[in-house]
Amino acid sequence: MTAPLLELRNLSTHYVSASGTRVVRAVDDVSLTMNARDTLGIVGESGSGKSTLALTMLRVLPPAARIVGGQMLLEGEDLVAKSEEEMRKVRGKRIAMILQDPMASLNPLFSIGDQVGEPLRQHEGASRASAWKKAIGLLKAVRIPAPESRVTQYPHEMSGGMRQRIVGAIGISCEPRLLIADEPTTSLDLTIQAQYLNLLRDLQQDYGLGLIFITHNLGIVAKMCNLLAVMYAGRVVESGPVSTVFNAPAHPYTAALLHSIPRMTERRERLSAIDGQPPDMSALPKGCAFAARCPRVFDRCRQEEPPVFTPSPGQTARCWLAEGTR
Amino acid sequence: MRQFIARRFGYSLLSLLLLSLTIFLFIRLTGDPTSLLTEPGATEADIAAVQQKFGLDKPIWVQYAYFMGSLIKGDLGESFYYQTPVLELYLSRLPNSLMLATVAMAFSLVLGIPTGILAAVKVGRFWDSAGKLFALLGLSLPSFLVGLLMILFFSVYLEWLPSSGSGTFLHLLMPAFALGWYFAAAHMRLTRSSMLEVMGSEYIKLARLKGLTETRVIVKHAFKNALIPVVTLAGINMINMINVAVVVETVFAWPGIGRLLYEGINFRDFPVVQGVVIIGGSMIVVVNLLVDVLYALIDPRIRLEK
Amino acid sequence: MRALRSVRAWLRDAPAIPFLILGLIAFAAVFADFLAPHDPQFGKLSERFLPPFWIERGSTAHIFGTDHLGRDVLSRLIFGARVSMVVGFTAVIVSGVVGTTLGIVSGYLGSWADQIIMRVTDAWLALPALTFAIFLAAIVGPSEMNIVIILAAVYWTRYARIVRGEVLSLKEREFVRLAIVAGCSKWTIMRRHILPNVINSSIVLATLMLGIVIVTEASLSFLGVGVPPPKPAWGVMLADGKQGLMVGHWWLTVMPGTCIMLMVLAANLLGDWLRVKLDPQLRQL
Repeated sequence: MTAPLLELRNLSTHYVSASGTRVVRAVDDVSLTMNARDTLGIVGESGSGKSTLALTMLRVLPPAARIVGGQMLLEGEDLVAKSEEEMRKVRGKRIAMILQDPMASLNPLFSIGDQVGEPLRQHEGASRASAWKKAIGLLKAVRIPAPESRVTQYPHEMSGGMRQRIVGAIGISCEPRLLIADEPTTSLDLTIQAQYLNLLRDLQQDYGLGLIFITHNLGIVAKMCNLLAVMYAGRVVESGPVSTVFNAPAHPYTAALLHSIPRMTERRERLSAIDGQPPDMSALPKGCAFAARCPRVFDRCRQEEPPVFTPSPGQTARCWLAEGTR
Repeated sequence: MRQFIARRFGYSLLSLLLLSLTIFLFIRLTGDPTSLLTEPGATEADIAAVQQKFGLDKPIWVQYAYFMGSLIKGDLGESFYYQTPVLELYLSRLPNSLMLATVAMAFSLVLGIPTGILAAVKVGRFWDSAGKLFALLGLSLPSFLVGLLMILFFSVYLEWLPSSGSGTFLHLLMPAFALGWYFAAAHMRLTRSSMLEVMGSEYIKLARLKGLTETRVIVKHAFKNALIPVVTLAGINMINMINVAVVVETVFAWPGIGRLLYEGINFRDFPVVQGVVIIGGSMIVVVNLLVDVLYALIDPRIRLEK
Repeated sequence: MRALRSVRAWLRDAPAIPFLILGLIAFAAVFADFLAPHDPQFGKLSERFLPPFWIERGSTAHIFGTDHLGRDVLSRLIFGARVSMVVGFTAVIVSGVVGTTLGIVSGYLGSWADQIIMRVTDAWLALPALTFAIFLAAIVGPSEMNIVIILAAVYWTRYARIVRGEVLSLKEREFVRLAIVAGCSKWTIMRRHILPNVINSSIVLATLMLGIVIVTEASLSFLGVGVPPPKPAWGVMLADGKQGLMVGHWWLTVMPGTCIMLMVLAANLLGDWLRVKLDPQLRQL
């Protein structure tokens, strides 16, 4: 049996304040597995740690953040153990990432061709001319019309949807094994969103990518993903195949999220159907972090932290309600 | 665009007008402009000639018309001491001042930009603290003090460099450093903050995500963007340097415009003092105008405005 | 009692070094008559160019040595502190009051008052500060009083610019609109509602300007258009000391130079601290 594309084992990333007194467990004891051609959706409210998890996978963290434990196995190789230089050779080459804000992701001073071809020059030692030629091909792959003239232009000459495609082209330039997209469509309007999602799915088919979608939009998950992980207060509270989790959510938080999916009839912009606020990440309560907002809370939840249970094959849940289902 | 430039041009004209009015009124404020505008020990005839020329016996607004009239003709009066027109004198010293300012600017950029980048890249660590200390010292050590201490060390103690005068490149080193010192600190501060802003941007994050080496991220992607505000400031500071140089040029007896101003004070040569102030102020108004117009040409938001 | 406690709490994180330096200089300035061992303005010509006491030929009678007229350097430094303190603080206060007042009037009244004040501010800001100060000094002649007026005339524009900007945004705030609706007169609003909200910025700016003002005063004195010579100002001492520099009388330059540097350094440190302390926008960072 070959190693899965990506396997996270008990991964933890903490933010430590300058004085060292406040610790925020932005990513806490996260375990996940996915194979090539899988599409994993990571869902949670803002501040739940999903973006930090993405940055952890590429080890591009802000100075205050540290990976404090766990393993990240990419095709069997532990990325946590790699040196900074070895890790650099993974970025853009084997794992690529599309950032939240495509408008700000392109450097205003360099041409599109330069920026799209840059990973090729860095990782594959391509010459300026051949990187340029490949950049034209990549722009064609992300369906930008007239790529030959577009490569010579600069970011400010492009529309938002166009720039988002260019960021996508940069992501796939070295044909990575895994592409992480961090809320890639939040700044786009609805029709362009749909086009872009279709494009990403087609790219996944063509290149055989593993795709990770970071989003707070369960609608996108339903449309795009076959796997789902729900994060709350830095932890994966539930994970599993999308069909299983959607039909039988084991965690009350997941259930509440599913309940709040925007329907065609009533459009809601945010996941706000759950009463209460997310907890203060630097001072988590004893027991389950969701206890204060949970509709089905009981005494044990406030005393003991729930471990990981397996309600059905491939599904995990950190909730006492799932105890004994195994 | 055209409207913007026209408005900006109008403001500049107004500034120049107010500038001349300020200078004109200050001279009359003390009560007796005749004593300022005539040579010490001037004859009755000389005094009468000056009163005639500036219309000092006429009402004040007529006097202002006389004053502006001669300014527009480029007539800034004649130096008592040198017996030559002030404008000519100014222009003859300008090359020296420009040379000093150019080398001082080079010093300040060579010193300020790398330290600013280093401080930003190593933010919060040793080099950042060292940079902060450097910036604080730069702002706290007046340039004439730096000059005097350098003379003490390099001319008196080590006997390496000439303490005053001009002629060779060695003469230029100390005054240029003393003048560039303060600006180096200013350029360092701006480079650091501008670099920090760029380093926090999304395109730097993406450059890292591409797997570029850190050197390449900083040199190619960050540096060029961070440099834009620094270059703008340096351009404006170039003019400031020519004007601020008075103490440094005095310390090192460097024959530039600052030295001319110092001579003007010491020889009670009022036309020279007045001329230097008028030209200095006008230069800054004009340069500010040029910078704004240049920005309008570069920035599409202003350029495309109707 | 409570007021005292809150002042103490407020000062708890105050940086020690600038307060110590400024306190020492202020102490020297106030008690100069008692502290100075010799007359700062007269010396024996027989005791010219004595070096500091730790160097050969120096004596403990003149621990920092003597100058070209045999005057005691330490005594001149102590009296020089008085000049720097008086000139520095008065100039900063006068320019601060004038600039803040005009800034408030300009920002709040708007229309023609704003146009006039801001155009004058623009024109004056265009004049290089030191050149402008020298020009004014050449007109009015040197004296301590004139220096204060000159420095105030040169630097009030900085306050006016910044205060006006703040007033413009304050004007749109609820409590000012409420005061307008309540029928307060313009002057009452400016005094009771606007002024307390911009005073912090003015104080921070004043502290930062203190260093600049002291350097400018020293520069003017050094050039001979500042404090007139027999008076012991640090800038004058530097100008006198420059004559002896080439023959190695270093203490005449280094001593007053160090004093200027320390005072400016203290003012800058204090200003940086106050900026973070008083400026709510910066404090959030």
